[in-house]
Amino acid sequence: MSKANLLDRRQVVSTLLANRKDVVAIGGLGASTNDMCAAGDHARNFYLWGGMGGAAMIGLGLALAQPKLPVLVITGDGEMLMGMGSLATIGLQKPANLSIAVLDNEAYGETGGQTSHTSAAADLVGVAKACGIADSRAVTTMAEVEAFAKAVHDVSAGPRFANVKIDSASLERILPTRDGTYILNRIRGDLGFQPI
Amino acid sequence: MHARADAADTVPNWPDDIFTTLQRFDVRQVPYVPDAGHSRLIRRVLDSSTMRGIALTTEEEGVALLAGAWAGGQRGVLLMQSSGVGNCINMLSLIPILRFPFLTLVTMRGEWGEFNPWQVPMGSTTQGVFELSGVQVLRAPHAAEVPAVLEAAASQAYNALTPTAVLLSQRLIGAKVFTK
Repeated sequence: MSKANLLDRRQVVSTLLANRKDVVAIGGLGASTNDMCAAGDHARNFYLWGGMGGAAMIGLGLALAQPKLPVLVITGDGEMLMGMGSLATIGLQKPANLSIAVLDNEAYGETGGQTSHTSAAADLVGVAKACGIADSRAVTTMAEVEAFAKAVHDVSAGPRFANVKIDSASLERILPTRDGTYILNRIRGDLGFQPI
Repeated sequence: MHARADAADTVPNWPDDIFTTLQRFDVRQVPYVPDAGHSRLIRRVLDSSTMRGIALTTEEEGVALLAGAWAGGQRGVLLMQSSGVGNCINMLSLIPILRFPFLTLVTMRGEWGEFNPWQVPMGSTTQGVFELSGVQVLRAPHAAEVPAVLEAAASQAYNALTPTAVLLSQRLIGAKVFTK
């Protein structure tokens, strides 16, 4: 059930991406990828419609390939739980330009709202911290979201992780393109890479 | 014990052949889940100034990593053993959807004198799993064939975006010896 003081997911994501400049953003399977589209389509948006559990690792591969670019993964609690081991992999590599924001509504919103592990037991901030991501934040206010959005641009102080508690409201779906090849090649083109 | 029977008495140089080929193809990211058969290659990668070895907690992380690496302009190769192939299945769906170069080198267990029956089910289905997932399989049964197989695999994976797995046979790497 919706609790008081929980943040609105669309407001969180549009704040994270408001002054994005050269940020490459990866949206995890589910509502997160729609939120990214709702904030405005962009050539550097990597929308995922599958590969559940892979968002953070796609972010790692991109961050290691482009160490001067800020890379921001925006995903949900269920998607992050499925790829929890990747937090250990990221903690080991310590890419300074990688940031991960989890939109935590404590539920699998796309599949009927079944409660997730974060609703009662799992603490993703604790997991991220214990995996070696020292800058791991529990975010409950828009001021903290704004501070995190600013930190994303510092490509020398990551990796960083934020678990943002959001309300579980189901919003109108704003669907991005589903064409994976287009999505990937649009990013590559914007970064200056030619087709093979 | 991690000794292997049937491997040559001298240090095998096929892992060095693999390393040289990967270097020539400008491979930069090398995600891996450790395997004894890959240990020499992993050491070479970790000592390299141009490649980054990335230890994974599970093999599917490597598939997603290679998609991100390509978005950022880099080629990679995933090192794993046959039991890890099963862990990758759903993540392999990213390859035809996103069309990024995918090359994986798999050390085989569950064949050629395997002592551990628990390795056999996944070892027996490794090739089938790849083929059902749209990944072409090339096999390197003997050390002498490794350079040519690697060359073909890297060429088709990186130049033609043909998802490719090279299965390094248990005969090549030597069956794992269990001693009391």
